[in-house]
Amino acid sequence: MSSDNIDIRYVAKLARIELTDDEVERFGRQLADLLEHAKTLHELDTAAVPATAQVVESRNVARADAVGRCLEHETVMQMAPQRQGAFFRVPRIISEES
Amino acid sequence: MELSAVEIARRVNAGENSAREVTDAVLAQIDVVDDRLGAYLTRLHDLARVSAGRVDARIRAGEHLPLAGVPVAVKDNMCLAGTRTTCGSKMLEGWVAPYTATAVARLLDAGAVPVGKANMDEFAMGSSCENSALGQTRNPYDLERVPGGSSGGSAAAVAAYEAAIGMGSDTGGSIREPAAFCNLVGFKPTYGRVSRYGLIAFASSLDQIGPLARSVEDAALAYDVMAGKDPMDSTSVDRPVEPAATALRSDLRGVRVGIVKEFGTQGLGPEIDSLYRRAYLDLEKLGATLVDVELPTADYGLATYYLIAPAECSSNLARFDGVRYGLRVDGEDVGRMYERTRAEGFGPEVKRRILIGTYALSSGYYDAYYVKAQKARTMFGADFKRAFERCDLIASPAASSPAFAFHAKSDPYSMYMMDYYTIPMSLAGLPALSVPCGYVLPEGSSRPMPMGLQLAAPLFGEAQLLAAANAYECATQHARQQRPEGAL
Repeated sequence: MSSDNIDIRYVAKLARIELTDDEVERFGRQLADLLEHAKTLHELDTAAVPATAQVVESRNVARADAVGRCLEHETVMQMAPQRQGAFFRVPRIISEES
Repeated sequence: MELSAVEIARRVNAGENSAREVTDAVLAQIDVVDDRLGAYLTRLHDLARVSAGRVDARIRAGEHLPLAGVPVAVKDNMCLAGTRTTCGSKMLEGWVAPYTATAVARLLDAGAVPVGKANMDEFAMGSSCENSALGQTRNPYDLERVPGGSSGGSAAAVAAYEAAIGMGSDTGGSIREPAAFCNLVGFKPTYGRVSRYGLIAFASSLDQIGPLARSVEDAALAYDVMAGKDPMDSTSVDRPVEPAATALRSDLRGVRVGIVKEFGTQGLGPEIDSLYRRAYLDLEKLGATLVDVELPTADYGLATYYLIAPAECSSNLARFDGVRYGLRVDGEDVGRMYERTRAEGFGPEVKRRILIGTYALSSGYYDAYYVKAQKARTMFGADFKRAFERCDLIASPAASSPAFAFHAKSDPYSMYMMDYYTIPMSLAGLPALSVPCGYVLPEGSSRPMPMGLQLAAPLFGEAQLLAAANAYECATQHARQQRPEGAL
């Protein structure tokens, strides 16, 4: 696996972060270095090793489907950068043509 | 206010001092030193006085409170209702938490008084506090040096007597490394021991809250209060908490301490090498048996961690999109709004980690990087399990150097190396702490800087771990040999 040709602009698009040209150059270089180091993991023979997502054993727990305490609607809305009544206001999502 | 948490609680419960008196003294100390030190992003003078008044009323009503009047520094990634909670980020610079984290609530219910929200590396990503977008924190032992990170504000505050207990969070070493740099005890409990509800997530499978304190006894007191199952955090463990504060020991007879072969200290230079050799000998003098153990995966810790933690952070930090809370930067459509908000709200280290994580999770690379790292993580667990068949505790350095000067670690990888000794324990979820073990003179400096000894135990071995650390601390008394002159 080559990490020399990471398409940093594509990754940034996936991550929803606008990058400057300077950041594209700098992060691209640093990411390549870090992934080069990450590749040392390929020295480990993990063919028979399961993946660990969580270190402490957990199991599914059922509970009563009862309404508990939660934040007031207005408390939540007051944190919004922009609102319109009871809704979060965001820029246009669907263009007029579509 | 240089009293220990244990002594403050004793006096306030006995009516010898009021919580208000203790609080006023600590607030005065904050006013004197914190303009220079920068431990706090938000000082909570008003809230602290009100909280202290409530504690005093409860004491008068006949209650006994384990942390009566104990001033606490709360890391700024933990929610405290009605106070600004920033994560050291421009993204949350003006955000006021609408509820209180469980671990914080438990301390306050037990009589602790919140005196400030402490600085940190942005979203807990860093080892020096230099990644905070909102302020610089200095090391109380030398103002030209970093306090460590990411819980650097909590560490500096406790070291400079601006609080008796600091609340920290540790993902790869963020409690233990700043504790080592600031001559404190810093304790990361087993993953799942302390509720993460109200802790703003960085890497959810690794994040754990724990105390920083000026003694093991104080750390144990705070741990006993904050630990335990919480219905609000489904990953918190439902298992009785063995009280630690009442089980502290003064010797290590019968304790087998493992020294990890791969963690040899020769490479750290003769002064640091001899410091750790002396620390291991001191453990032996207290009755411990030293045994050599192996951790064959040790050198793969950083690579494993720097895939898993960024992968989880890229997912967790997706919530900061300018819609529901925090910063918003306008854009002509919703996509541009997301991209500009995140470009402006996140600092370089956070962006770097989100990008690494996004890449490691992206189609075509997921198996090669993320799944590979998760498999390596399994190997860490297995290695430690094998090691703990031969020993009860593992001893090692907490950090590979004392606190370094500002801007000394300019490339990301050299900063990541600071966590070489702490990351393996994090990957395995083990309880681990740093306890002061002496001083070294950094090159070109005349100020001795503290170093930390890391001790780690098997899963849920908190009580045994703290008991042993107490024995070492009481016998050596390293922390008492220097004062934080930089700050006083």
